[in-house]
Formats: sequence, structure tokens, C-alpha cells
Amino acid sequence: MSRVHDMGGRYGDGAIDPSDDAVFAKEWHARALAVTLAAGALGQWNIDVSRHARETLSPKDYARFSYYEKWMAGLADMLVERGVVTREELQAGHGGGRSELADRVLKADVVGEVLAKGSPYVRVDGPAAVFKVGDRVRSRRPAHNVKVPGGHTRLPGYAAGLEGEVVLMHGAHVFPDANAHGLGEAPEPLYAVAFAARDLWGSEAAEGDEVVLDMWQSYLEAVT
Amino acid sequence: MPHDHHDHPHALLPPDPALRVRALETILTEKGLIDPAALDEIIDTYAHKIGPQNGAKVVAKMWSDPAFREVMLSDPMPRLEEMGFYGRQGEHMVIVENTPEVHNVVVCTLCSCYPWPLLGIPPGWYKSDAYRARVVREPRKVLAEFGVEVPEGKKVRVWDSTAEVRYLVVPERPAGTEGMSEAELEKLVSRNSMIGTGLATEPNP
Repeated sequence: MSRVHDMGGRYGDGAIDPSDDAVFAKEWHARALAVTLAAGALGQWNIDVSRHARETLSPKDYARFSYYEKWMAGLADMLVERGVVTREELQAGHGGGRSELADRVLKADVVGEVLAKGSPYVRVDGPAAVFKVGDRVRSRRPAHNVKVPGGHTRLPGYAAGLEGEVVLMHGAHVFPDANAHGLGEAPEPLYAVAFAARDLWGSEAAEGDEVVLDMWQSYLEAVT
Repeated sequence: MPHDHHDHPHALLPPDPALRVRALETILTEKGLIDPAALDEIIDTYAHKIGPQNGAKVVAKMWSDPAFREVMLSDPMPRLEEMGFYGRQGEHMVIVENTPEVHNVVVCTLCSCYPWPLLGIPPGWYKSDAYRARVVREPRKVLAEFGVEVPEGKKVRVWDSTAEVRYLVVPERPAGTEGMSEAELEKLVSRNSMIGTGLATEPNP
């Protein structure tokens, strides 16, 4: 039931290359980022929808595509799915006439302002927090979307079904498991939960080390 | 609803990635949905204006100004906004401090979440499968590959950015920097030191 992007803890990836440190290693990487942000400004999807679009690439494509190729593939799929671009246009490599969304185009003179404005995810509504800092909690298992089979979730498989401790309260945040699927923002209290590395990985991990994850309230249950 | 197509539309694009980007840009521009000048502006912003120099200013100020440090560790957003360090992918910052007892390091195992207004666009290695997969399981080995040896007895805390909260690491202030100005201190604060895969640079003797 897991998806290919959920790779925390996976074996076999080999060494990291710290010299791969350019912001844009190739000119088209910069272009890919910019096209993605500009298309996002049309307001046809949210960040959770776009993450899900990349995550639902086939495992084969996800593994063979470089980072920005995944972005391009996800973007192309969303543009077609939302009816912004047709399959025929993708195939032809040309747009067939002005879109009815064209009045929403991101103009160069407002780019700075739009990027600086951000998009806050904290909401004032939603259920009350039932946990507090210092509480012992258990993460849900399995790590999947409970409303939408195969749907988007931000609960990684490696941290499912384990006991940890609430270390920070972040307030109520938009819930990605709903927001990725047109089910509304459904805000929930969000917590940073610390897990002992030994509980996650066994004796391979150093005693005392920890991994902290942000988890929404419905990912958690009280430890009694 | 999770759309597991076997005929993904993206397969209709040209195989070469640079051409694929070009095709999307062309289609969207011809439909009036993209202003190519806006793309240039976005690229210029993240290539030249927003980057680790912003985070370095915050760290140097935290090292120099105890009241500012206190605010950054408890409620950083209003002050960051004042400083112009608010924006996309940095709406909800949490700042964590390295100490003699704990070394912090940040990752996003599920994608590539990163504090853009303070550090810019993440480097290639941060987005690599190897970093995402390994740093949660064997952080000490990964840190060693970056030249950071965490002594036994010092705890490692890995922050996996699974929500829209973004984490910035404040490296330990190096010895021999007493009396240095904020501007001088900023130069010691590398991007990697604010992710946790580096330490602050020792000053030249």
C-alpha cells in the first residue's frame, strides 16, 4: 500500500554526493521551477494536489525521472486532469488558442509580491487540541489515507504504529489527506512528535538519537 | 480519485527533459497562461535575491543578540516578516539550535520541503533519494559523509519536514569569534550548517 516517494529508512541508495549542491544545475531546472510556480498561480490546484500528482507517477517513472522531470510530469498530468490543457496540445507541443483562465496569468511585475505573500496553512477553526507537549502518543498504522484508498498522506511508513512524545504544538493546519482530494481543508491540530531512533530502527540506531516528525491529530492516538 | 493512470498525459511530451519544459512553456504561453517575463523574474529571485545569505543574517543576529535569539526560538514569524524573510515555503518557521548536547539536521523524506525565504531553493543532494532515505535511519553516517563527526554521547535529532512547518538549524557559534560583528559572523554561516549537514566555519586565526 506504500508509494514510491515514501522512502525514509530505505536501504540501497548508496552514498550522497555533497558536491551536487547547485541550486539550478541546468538551465532547464530553473525553467521547470518557474513554469511550475507560474502555472500554480492560476489557482487550479493546491500544494497537496501537486504533491499527490508527483507521488502517483508510476514507481518506474518516479525512479528514473530526475527531480525536475517529476515536477514536469506532475504538472502535465494536472494540466490535463483539470482541463487547462488538452492531450492534443501536449502531443502537438502548441496551445490551441487563448485559455479562459488567461486573465489569471502571473505577471512579471507582481512576482516578488506573490512570492513574498506566501500561503499560510494555519487555520483558526478545526477541532481542539487533545494532546499537549510531553504527552505520549502512538502514530496510526498503517500509514495510509483513511478516506481515500491510495490517497495522499503525510504519514511516512517508517513512523507508523510507534510510540513517541509530543515536543511542539503548531496550531491547526490544513489537512493534506483531505486537501489533496477536493475534500476541503479540514484543519486539524498539528504536533511535532519525537520518536526514539531505537524504536524506529532497532539497535542499528544510536541510543538517545531521535527523529521528529510533524503529525496531524488524526494520525495519533493517546498512549494509556 | 488517486488517479493511477496507465496512460499518464505526461508521456505525450518529448522524452528530452529540456524539450519537455520548453514544450510546456510554449503551450502555456500560447494559451495566455504564462508570461515568460514572469518566469525570468522567478528565476532571478531564487538565483540572486533569496538564498542562504538570508538565513545567515538570522543566525549571526541570534549569536549576537540574546533578546533576538529568544524571540527566534519562541515566536519567530512576526520578526522574520519584519526582516523581509517571510514568503512561499517559509510561512511557519521553527528554529532549532545546536548545542554541546544535541546536533539537529533537517530532511524531507516524502519530497523536498525546505525553508525557501531563508535558504532559497534546495541543493541537488537535499532532494536526492540517498539523502531522503538514509538520513533518518543513519544520520551519523550521513553526517560523516559531509565531514561532520558527531561524538558519541551527543544526541542527534533529525527533523523530517512532513507538514508545512519549515525548520532552520542554528549551528554552534565557533570559538574565537568573540567581538566579531554580525556582518563578519554571517560569513561563517554556510547553507549546510543551517540544514545541519555542516558546522559553522572556524574563523581564520
